[in-house]
Amino acid sequence: MGLGIRIENLRKVYNTPAPSALGARGFSFGPVRSSRKERQEKRKERKKKIEIVAVDGITLAIHPGEIFGLLGPNGAGKSTTIGILTTRTEPTSGRAIVGEFDVWKQQVQAKRVIGVVPQRPNLDFALTTRELLLFHGAYFGQSVRERTRRADEELEKFKLTDRADQMVRELSGGMMQRLSIARAMMHDPEVLFLDEPSAGLDPQTRLMLWEIIRGYGKLGKTIVLTTHYMEEADELCERLAIIDHGKIIAQGTPQDLKSSIPGGYVLRLRFDRATQALFAQIRELPGVTDVRSTDPTAADIYADRGGSLVGSLVNAAQAEGVEVRDVHIQEPSLENLFLHHTGRSLRE
Amino acid sequence: MNWKTFYALLARDGHIARRNLIMTLVQILLQPLLFTFVFGRVLTSGGMIRSQFRSVLLPGVISISMVIAGIQAVAMPLISEFQFSREIEDRLLAPIENSWLAVEKILAGMFQALAAGLVVIPGAWVTMGSVNISYDHPVAFVGVCLLVALLAASGGLALGCSVGQTQIGLMFSLIMTPMLMFGCVYYPWSFLHVFPEIQYMVLLNPVVYASEGLRGALVPQIPHIAGWITTSVLAFADILLVTIGIRKFKRKAVS
Repeated sequence: MGLGIRIENLRKVYNTPAPSALGARGFSFGPVRSSRKERQEKRKERKKKIEIVAVDGITLAIHPGEIFGLLGPNGAGKSTTIGILTTRTEPTSGRAIVGEFDVWKQQVQAKRVIGVVPQRPNLDFALTTRELLLFHGAYFGQSVRERTRRADEELEKFKLTDRADQMVRELSGGMMQRLSIARAMMHDPEVLFLDEPSAGLDPQTRLMLWEIIRGYGKLGKTIVLTTHYMEEADELCERLAIIDHGKIIAQGTPQDLKSSIPGGYVLRLRFDRATQALFAQIRELPGVTDVRSTDPTAADIYADRGGSLVGSLVNAAQAEGVEVRDVHIQEPSLENLFLHHTGRSLRE
Repeated sequence: MNWKTFYALLARDGHIARRNLIMTLVQILLQPLLFTFVFGRVLTSGGMIRSQFRSVLLPGVISISMVIAGIQAVAMPLISEFQFSREIEDRLLAPIENSWLAVEKILAGMFQALAAGLVVIPGAWVTMGSVNISYDHPVAFVGVCLLVALLAASGGLALGCSVGQTQIGLMFSLIMTPMLMFGCVYYPWSFLHVFPEIQYMVLLNPVVYASEGLRGALVPQIPHIAGWITTSVLAFADILLVTIGIRKFKRKAVS
């Protein structure tokens, strides 16, 4: 049976030196001469540190045996959260508990029950594909017979059998990603973490991967994955948390989350100019639940219908003497949810 | 502590060392053996250097080969594994404390340093011809060898955790070369008395105690620093470098 995960008020702040500290040093033959004052200022700037808050007070409970997704754009704090849960990143404050183990106090016990697929394959380049799996099994105390059998199974499952004796550094990116997942499953962990598992995979391999993840979930294991693909979150996850700027902005089942947006549909409109009167009129149209103006000449219209609304929108605009430049209709989706909460599209 | 995991990690390093055996041997041994051939054979046979020089050279060459082998065995893979791809995580995720992984790296480095030292003895014998070795202090010899191996491996750990990929060349010219030239490898420490400042400055270099300690154990007829001094300084340097190395490793292991 899988293990549950609890995250309590987790924070991670990175202290990185200001970029100028890295770039400004060095020697130049060029005619660049800076005054003494400028140099002093530069020195001061170097001493300044930039604090980057990657995870900003996340509290979360993941149930045993569920497939849980962390959804958010790049830099939202997903990987840092996974890093903390997998003993690779030390939290600034807060607690992360996997099963009954506090990840940062009982590291070894925690490492024993988790499998990790990092965002960038951190494979052991000095080994061959098969050796990598065999040694991984050995680290986890498997007998020779057991690890040989399991390695063969994993190679077969991830279609790497014909590459078994090739050096890991010679594999293609997609193969490395597959091997990285095979390695994480090699010791049959109760909790599997996958950080952007389908990044860099072709659509066919992605489907295969989804199938494998679902199958692993059916064994009662807990699976936590991060993604910025809506379809993946929608397709695979039983529950989701949407993260932006290190904070959770919504969580629930994909269905619940989608139905929580007013209306469900989003019509993104662009005009040649905008008047507040027009927005007020649109708000009165049947089916429209909300109008949000993103910039003076554009608006996101939340409504319970899509295409059938376009006619009346155009009529309302013409009555105001405004021309519609662009209409984009988005069906109910997690993408709209993200837009609703942050005012930004996931891909922006 | 988890012995199965520890042993498996050691087996992994052993496996890779065996795979690269020939290359590693050439890399570590070619330079000192050519050196012993030219200075220990050609110049002594021609009469430019007294044949007694061979006895000075042998312990020095053993010591420097062990030091370089140990440092390279630990530092070079670590430097690349801590890079962008963070290969090291492949092992950091094994169910064992991160500090034990550092201990494992030291132990694996020690084995490689000892192996290098053992290969140099017959190698130097072949290139130089006979050397007057004393067989009276086997315990002291083994003891000094272990201390030197630990020095090299823990030094490699500390260096590997402090140097970036781009600074490898600098590491060689700034650390390795002076350590070799001022490590009393090619001359006994007492010969430096003509340059008193240098004589006392080189005492900061742990390789001096490695070479002099081996000299005391193998060719006691040559003047050397007293055994109890070399042993205690080596032991002190070992403890210091192990502590620094493990601490640096632990800090670098997590972000």
